[in-house]
Amino acid sequence: QVHLTRCQQPFDSSVEKPQFPGASAEFVDHLEFIQPNVISGIPIYRVMDRQGQIINPSEDPKLPKETVLNFYQKMTLLNTMDRILYESQRQGRISFYMTNYGEEGTHIGSAAALEPNDLVFGQYREAGVLMYRGFPLDLFMAQCYANADDLGKGRQMPVHYGCRDLNFVTISSPLATQLPQAAGAAYALKRENSNRAVVCYFGEGAASEGDAHAGFNFAATLECPLIFFCRNNGYAISTPTDEQYRGDGIAARGPGYGMLSIRVDGNDVFAVYNVTKEARRRAVAENQPFLIEAMTYRIGHHSTSDDSSAYRSVDEVNYWDKQDHPISRLRHYMTACGWWGEEEERAWRKQSRKLVMEAFERAEKRLKPHPDLLFTDVYNEMTPGLDQQRESFWRHIQQYKEHYPLDLYEK
Amino acid sequence: LLTTSAMMAAVRLLLRTGSSSSSFSCVHSGFGATLLRLSPSCSSRPKTQKRHAAHFTYQPDPVPAEYGPTVKMNLFQSVTSALDNRLATDPTAVIFGEDVAFGGVFRCTVGLRDKYGKDRVFNTPLCEQGIVGFGIGVAAAGATAIAEIQFADYIFPAFDQIVNEAAKYRYRSGNLFDCGNLTIRAPWGCVGHGSLYHSQSPEAFFAHCPGLKIVVPRGPIQAKGLLLSCFADKNPCIFFEPKILYRAAVEQVPTEPYHIPLSQAEVVQEGSDMTFVAWGTQVHVMREVATMAQEKLGVSCEVIDLRTILPWDVETICKSVVKTGRLLISHEAPVTGGFAAEISSTVQEQCFLNLEAPITRVCGYDTPFPHIFEPFYIPDKWKCFEAVKRMISY
Repeated sequence: QVHLTRCQQPFDSSVEKPQFPGASAEFVDHLEFIQPNVISGIPIYRVMDRQGQIINPSEDPKLPKETVLNFYQKMTLLNTMDRILYESQRQGRISFYMTNYGEEGTHIGSAAALEPNDLVFGQYREAGVLMYRGFPLDLFMAQCYANADDLGKGRQMPVHYGCRDLNFVTISSPLATQLPQAAGAAYALKRENSNRAVVCYFGEGAASEGDAHAGFNFAATLECPLIFFCRNNGYAISTPTDEQYRGDGIAARGPGYGMLSIRVDGNDVFAVYNVTKEARRRAVAENQPFLIEAMTYRIGHHSTSDDSSAYRSVDEVNYWDKQDHPISRLRHYMTACGWWGEEEERAWRKQSRKLVMEAFERAEKRLKPHPDLLFTDVYNEMTPGLDQQRESFWRHIQQYKEHYPLDLYEK
Repeated sequence: LLTTSAMMAAVRLLLRTGSSSSSFSCVHSGFGATLLRLSPSCSSRPKTQKRHAAHFTYQPDPVPAEYGPTVKMNLFQSVTSALDNRLATDPTAVIFGEDVAFGGVFRCTVGLRDKYGKDRVFNTPLCEQGIVGFGIGVAAAGATAIAEIQFADYIFPAFDQIVNEAAKYRYRSGNLFDCGNLTIRAPWGCVGHGSLYHSQSPEAFFAHCPGLKIVVPRGPIQAKGLLLSCFADKNPCIFFEPKILYRAAVEQVPTEPYHIPLSQAEVVQEGSDMTFVAWGTQVHVMREVATMAQEKLGVSCEVIDLRTILPWDVETICKSVVKTGRLLISHEAPVTGGFAAEISSTVQEQCFLNLEAPITRVCGYDTPFPHIFEPFYIPDKWKCFEAVKRMISY
């Protein structure tokens, strides 16, 4: 990798070349502003057209049948889980939920291109990455229900998943905080010489945060083996992209940091796979960050607290749902290969729904975690002060127990 | 300092000498120094321009016997020693921040990059939220992260990362992940001329955040032992270093590693009539006040260095107040919402019937930290002495 080091030659003001330490460039004698190009922005890499047909056969990753079927099953299982959990929030069974409709391709395509021990930092709309890695339905549900099986011990709102064994760092609500953290983690992994990469997901809205700038700049200057994966889905809650930025999206910012960047069709699971695979290979081999901007569309509402009909038309949403959906495009491809048909679709829909419903019913019945877990893990060890607070708490509960929902919690 | 005609005369004088170094493009001090020498009004400096003497006398701790051979070190050297010890024993440890590579603006990291390599001691871009965020990531990945914030006054861009992320990493993940390997160091407190943005003591902002540890040493021996404990502690720690003591505080400091426990206050001087609680530089002010109180009022004061602000040692403070019946807490940070308020509240809850007088706080005023008014702003020994008088005759 070429990067500019401080000029070692002695300064020579007799030659009419710039000597400034801050930039390596020639002089120019006519005044011209660089015009940012947003009419014809960075092109979007894709492998399949909207009907799932391969455009350029040399770009087809030619993945084996089991792999492609697995892609499809994971995307549809995620979709089914989303439908059921969204509904369960509407019915008051869980407090909150965020769906992934329309973005399944970004999750599965990228997750498939990573190694299992690559470390993932997410934002909140990457459940498919965790699903692809094998996080069981029971544990997705446990977190959403905050029941006693939740690995997070019931402390966070639904969809704030985390799993150490699957190298998926626990999600937090503040946006973009994960970007500089991902850079730090990548730096530490680089020093370990473990050939592991870090992947950091975020939305185009989070990319406006100061932490995003910090993350990009640190990753580039400190030469971190890191993939920044931006899901540009058109909206940050109600804020459309033309109110989020004025430049050519997120990919155009990469070169400003000295980062290799690419834009990809996020609804094309093979394109996402190819791009992530190559970025990962080079990030680790060359110790430099890559910026991938996956263009997609958020078909669902921002969350169960949002009704997106307030700021966008049903027609717009329907276009994406019906005419450019990652699941449909992959199904067309599989059908064309002779790997999938009506029967398989029917059987799988029935099976996936059954899997989700069974996990759902188990999660519903499970007790919540023991209230002692309110007080633990603040520090690695309980402090005397917290211990006193906990004792005072139990004395209070003992006296006023009928006012507290103790029956729902483990004893 | 100079009238226009005096300045013009000086310029003509310099131009007449004809040497190339006297052109207007001359960078170095020659021109400025010459002008100052030429000016008649500069020959006698008015009284107000003499630099104000320090508001405290540094009281070194005795040479520790239990930690092995010692070497004379000032505060910044004791910090270097702790960093050196840690990097020598922990191959994952890395130090990063603005300007740490050449040794740091306070020389705390001098020599470490040469000794341990540029992948372990390195500069970051100028971005505190990035420094702390990066540090959290390093720590979460299992390596020891030692982040430097150039002045505590500049820690605020990193507030979100510290409070919302670092402090909560373990709790929110159900103990799957944590950043216990993170320590943040920052120069702290008044320095005589630091003004608004080079003098702050922001411990109170962070004291409100469960999950963090906050530590402030009073001198080199304490600093090294406490800093090494912060590195070893499995929770994110903020270590504030009193910058006015970097050179002024000199002690015999053990060269080998040693650990002073966190969350343990230290009674640096026993007494029976009144308890003083302070941390950092102010401990030395309070020691002097204790001497004044003894000599002028016959009042015996117990001086306690809190050392760890969070989680703080309630037991030691309360035990002392039960004995003395009077508590004076003093810090540079503004009084409203300062950490003295927390101590005061807890002590009055637990020691109410033992109190002979209201708990008193002698702290900075509720203003930003001023420049020229620093001698009036700081909680100096006279303000503390006056508070002792009021409390003893309550």
